[in-house]
Amino acid sequence: MQQRSVVRVGASLIVASLALTACGSRSEDGGGGTATKTAKIGVIAPLSGDLSALGLGIQHSVELAVKQANDSNAIPGWKLEVDAKDDEAKPDVGKTAATSLSSDKDVIGVVGTLNSSVALQVQPVLAPKNIVQISPANTNPSLTQGANWQSAPKRAYPTYFRTCTTDAVQGPFAARYLFEKAGIKKVATIHDKKAYGQGLVGTFTEEFKAAGGQVVAAETINPEDSNYQAVISAVKPSAPQAVYYGGEYPQAGPLSQQMKAAGLNVPLMGGDGIYDPKFITLGGKTSTGDLATSVGAPVDTLESAKKFISDYNAAGFKDPYAAYGGYSYDAANAIINALKESLKDASDVESARPKTVEALGKVSFEGVTGKVAFDQYGDTTSKVLTVYKVAGGKWATELTQDLAKK
Amino acid sequence: MDQFFQQLVNGLTLGSLYALIAVGYTVVYGIVQLINFAHGEVFMIGAFGALSTYLLFFDGQTGVWILPIMIVGAIIASVVTAVAMERVAYRPLRNAPRLAPLITAIGISVFLQELVRVFYDRIPFADFPSAKQRIPFPQLDGVSGKAVEVGDVTIQRSAIFTVAALVVCAILLWYFINRTKLGRGMLAVSQDPDTARLMGINVDRIIVVAFALGAVLAAVAGVSQGLQNNNIDFKMGFIAGLKAFTAAVLGGIGNIQGAVFGGLVLGVVESMATQYVPGQFGGGTWKDVWAFVLLILVLVFRPQGLLGARVVDRA
Repeated sequence: MQQRSVVRVGASLIVASLALTACGSRSEDGGGGTATKTAKIGVIAPLSGDLSALGLGIQHSVELAVKQANDSNAIPGWKLEVDAKDDEAKPDVGKTAATSLSSDKDVIGVVGTLNSSVALQVQPVLAPKNIVQISPANTNPSLTQGANWQSAPKRAYPTYFRTCTTDAVQGPFAARYLFEKAGIKKVATIHDKKAYGQGLVGTFTEEFKAAGGQVVAAETINPEDSNYQAVISAVKPSAPQAVYYGGEYPQAGPLSQQMKAAGLNVPLMGGDGIYDPKFITLGGKTSTGDLATSVGAPVDTLESAKKFISDYNAAGFKDPYAAYGGYSYDAANAIINALKESLKDASDVESARPKTVEALGKVSFEGVTGKVAFDQYGDTTSKVLTVYKVAGGKWATELTQDLAKK
Repeated sequence: MDQFFQQLVNGLTLGSLYALIAVGYTVVYGIVQLINFAHGEVFMIGAFGALSTYLLFFDGQTGVWILPIMIVGAIIASVVTAVAMERVAYRPLRNAPRLAPLITAIGISVFLQELVRVFYDRIPFADFPSAKQRIPFPQLDGVSGKAVEVGDVTIQRSAIFTVAALVVCAILLWYFINRTKLGRGMLAVSQDPDTARLMGINVDRIIVVAFALGAVLAAVAGVSQGLQNNNIDFKMGFIAGLKAFTAAVLGGIGNIQGAVFGGLVLGVVESMATQYVPGQFGGGTWKDVWAFVLLILVLVFRPQGLLGARVVDRA
């Protein structure tokens, strides 16, 4: 609602305010040497539009973590604040949001983004300022391991980390599940040509073919569309036993519904982007039997997440924590843990930034979603994934497995 | 060849939807030479009107008898929007330079989209869902559910509704324009507004009727799209409006038969392009490119549109 216009207005105001803040704000903290200092954790996520259910879950989970840190005085002498910016799930808007956060000298870290395509634009803005970024949801492998992640992985930005696993794991996991567990040998793939969907389908296809399966049709859709009849008709004659979709629920829900209405009665499977209650609302009754993989184990079944869930519900947020709440909460806590180290004897936020990056790489604690720690690329060390299936109008856990262990 | 008839059906369904909206562009253009770019939003508000009617009075029910009432709800919402729009935004600019109403139309379009996006869930006395995300559209017995199979071709029930709606609307529209006094008044105004006024035709009233007429068809299209895609959102009018405008130009702007024909052609081209253009430039993401390539070709070789524009340019 308001956030959208704030971003727009903000974009034009930044230019004007930059000149003013440079001289204006320094005099402010000149007087209060003993008072608590403020460090901000930014959030960049879609707070309006199709994906806002996921974005608001991220925002509120970070707010919860920050509130708890402030209440327990986790970092003596410092008070944390959340500064949430809407990226509307669009790369250019996300870049504007990142620019606005990076020009704020109190910002020490950012949780976000939701979309890999937005992260590609946000990373280069935050990196030169040494602002750490932890994404709870970016699953595109190239974000951490560079464009040639398959042949020559190379860390793209030292400031970028993530608490979720990647498509490099998710696609193959889905492929193995379909081939080995569900006994499906012929699939059709559809993706939305965004970085996320394309990555997912790419790694899925590779693994599925390697396993001995057949990809009988590969199609794409336009995310702006809402009618997919033509694509469905193009896929149908090849008689796939399942459709693997790379994309998110606003398209996947209607796609599932229209697929079945058109007589293509096979399960649709997707990645974490379709693992959302809204998928079932949009997909209707016929979405029963559709599948999704998601990173980690289901938050509501985890022993370690019980406290998070009860705290979240007690805090009275208007929106549910959604698919990435647990990961966002862990991401915020990872930053807070790093800040305990880096802000300890820092005089201001800007000088503490490089130290925060360093400290974050070494963070290791038991989070809501399991152990939170990062490898040399900034990826999480956890490789646990779960397959969910729609049953009775809800996502039910089908199988949780650690891919690394097989 | 196996998928030809399937894609033809898909194309005609999609095209019927475009045609219903395109008539609104063309009727208004025929009378006042204004491209009403906010017409897509009239279509969107029609869909929301139908949804609101359903949520207010029939929430949870699935009887097909609700459909006519939803259509009435949609028509009321659309017509009120279109008439208010004409009165507030276009009438004061009737004699202004042409660019002014065009820019106003774009402004109205953005205004209406944001209005629905921000305020739909805040309407008092009603418990509407937030329009910031796609909202599921009610699925009714008879017009949704199991598809009809004719040989190899699968026809969705909502598609039958859409095509039938276009046929009924086209017949009623033809009757209205050619056989009623008001309709013939519209013809007269489109040929020569000044002479029509001298003959005792109330031109302001005719213009309002033109807007309302377009709105009625857009409302029906809104319900069709809701049933077909089973979801609606605040920005559904933008793409649909753009496509319908293309259809109107394709068929010859100002020409009602042209708008219907143009809509059908556009829909079929999109479907066929998805199926038959191979390789990198094929598939769902490129269908719009081929649709607009067709538009450019038509404009280059036949600028008056496929069936010819019917309007004497006053400029």
